[in-house]
Amino acid sequence: MIFRHIATIYGKELRDSLRDRRTLISIFVVPTLIVPVLTLAVGRIGLRAMSKAREETPVVMLLGGNDSPDVVAALHQSAKFKLVPGTDNYQQLISDKKVRAAVRLPEGFETGLKSGVVQQVTIYYYEGELKSSFAAGNLERFFNDLKDRTVAASLAAHGLPVSLLKPLAVARENVAPPEKVGGNAVGGFIPYLIILLCFTGAIYPAIDLTAGEKERGTMETLLCSQVGRAEIVLGKFFMVLTSSLCAMVFSLLSMVGVFLLGGATIGRGARMAEAAARTSAHAAIPMIDPLGILGVLAMVLPAAVLFSALLLTIALFAKSAKEAQSYVTPLTFLVILPAVVGVLPGVELDARLSLVPLLNLSLVGKEMISGIWHWRYIALIFLSTCVYAGAALAWCVRMFNREEVIFRV
Amino acid sequence: MIEVEALTKVFTDRKRGEIRAVDQVSLRVAPGQIYGLLGLNGAGKTTLLRLLATLLQPTGGNATVGGFDLRREPQRVRAKVGFLAASTALYGRLTARETIAYFGRLNGLDERTVRERTRQLIDELGMQEFIDRRVEKISTGMKQKLSVARTLVHDPAVLILDEPTLGLDVMAARAILGFVRECRDRGKTVIYSTHFMSEVEKLCDVIGIIHQGRLRAEGTLTGLKARFGGRDMEEMFIKAAGGEIAP
Repeated sequence: MIFRHIATIYGKELRDSLRDRRTLISIFVVPTLIVPVLTLAVGRIGLRAMSKAREETPVVMLLGGNDSPDVVAALHQSAKFKLVPGTDNYQQLISDKKVRAAVRLPEGFETGLKSGVVQQVTIYYYEGELKSSFAAGNLERFFNDLKDRTVAASLAAHGLPVSLLKPLAVARENVAPPEKVGGNAVGGFIPYLIILLCFTGAIYPAIDLTAGEKERGTMETLLCSQVGRAEIVLGKFFMVLTSSLCAMVFSLLSMVGVFLLGGATIGRGARMAEAAARTSAHAAIPMIDPLGILGVLAMVLPAAVLFSALLLTIALFAKSAKEAQSYVTPLTFLVILPAVVGVLPGVELDARLSLVPLLNLSLVGKEMISGIWHWRYIALIFLSTCVYAGAALAWCVRMFNREEVIFRV
Repeated sequence: MIEVEALTKVFTDRKRGEIRAVDQVSLRVAPGQIYGLLGLNGAGKTTLLRLLATLLQPTGGNATVGGFDLRREPQRVRAKVGFLAASTALYGRLTARETIAYFGRLNGLDERTVRERTRQLIDELGMQEFIDRRVEKISTGMKQKLSVARTLVHDPAVLILDEPTLGLDVMAARAILGFVRECRDRGKTVIYSTHFMSEVEKLCDVIGIIHQGRLRAEGTLTGLKARFGGRDMEEMFIKAAGGEIAP
């Protein structure tokens, strides 16, 4: 093994890649510009749509209520919706978005309320339609208020305090530090994202340096030089690894930028932001343990080696870049699946799962970002991923030595 | 020097079964000699030359190239060999100078020697005009000159040339033939495959006719003509191949 040869091949591949517009796009432009711009744009569009939906006074149809003038008058007075008289085709009107929701008052509603007979109010809405859900929510709040007022009046009439209905109050107090709360909220997502970025960053160069070279006829030129196959593999492998890590780092940096710049705006649209909005806009951004992020990055290094070696080997089997792309696409699902399983609630890290590649990273990453460091599992996962990466690299060298793979016709 | 003894290469194909691409081929090429390997497409020329360049492993037989054993010392064989084929393309995004330097380094030259050899090859092959231009921007003829420079950068004793004029215009092909003659004159061992009869007539000291993986005939042009008769090279080739080629 001559390290000078490995360095020569790596240097050439790096120079070649930096002159290739497609590589530059996949490593720099997409992660640093397109992804953040799209993220911001989608966030802003979503927020605007949400605000618009909230600001709009929904048209609500009243069905029945002819014998309940007070409730109908209160409904008319509410600024939360615009009441229109009922028609038989109310379901169609809701579907057509001409009316956002409808409410049916039973016959003798007011009389029933006064005499203590349970009244059934039905709200009709279109599940999954945002404005319809808002309208239904407004109606529900209106009738809950009416219910509370009715109960309070009834209790008062009997000389009883309102507190009779609430003999005790239950409150929850959070004792977890903010980074743990943030870790639990987004902890599963971050390792998943890092794993995916690492993988996607390696795809294009892996294909270009193997199947692409075969297709362009440069592979044979390289193989007839004095350099050994293992040196060629390592030179190319380091280039793919560089690309994988660069894509990941640039993506993360740009996302941090987007998070800091646009987090407050986008965050307001999220549920988490709703809860925190009472305090400040910045509280919308979940706190994450920075050491956890660094820990995840360190854990992902052997996974990047694994991806680079695997992608190089798989792409090597193909005769053309197009064929290689069709081999690599299914592999993307194999990468996404364990990472997604790791995000699911209830899946917890144990010694058995520590040996499952990628799922182990996703699970331990979630813990690390929450500030929980299981050192035994961390060591087991790091070592096992190193073993898998080493095996993948050895397989890659082996395949480079097989002429039926290199000269496949 | 190239010495080949009963060299055989068998490929296994799922549909076609066992294919004997090179079958018991024996030949010898001395320094200062051009050995022309003549055969149709698919005759086994490329496989034989790839075996000699150690890109493929033989199934049977053996050979020594530049004094080194193909099977046991493939890296040393490659150090002695310059391999140029229609299928050995160049990196489009490197300049001509970077290409020569890259392959010089890969063939074990130090930086000083790389610089000296580059300067020498630029002068010999007349590459001043395009030496700092990217390969993707230069003409086919210029690329072929660069390929020759890439092949010669480590000054190999043995040249394995597989249809180097394929797809070239008359002038570029002529330049290649001139370069091959020069190499012979410098005492290099040259094995040259082609399916152009005219090239063999102009260039080769010894001719081997390969058909269906087997070396059907071997000798000088005069010797082969005397043996097989025929009005021209083409007729002689058909006779040597056993008349198995459809008209």
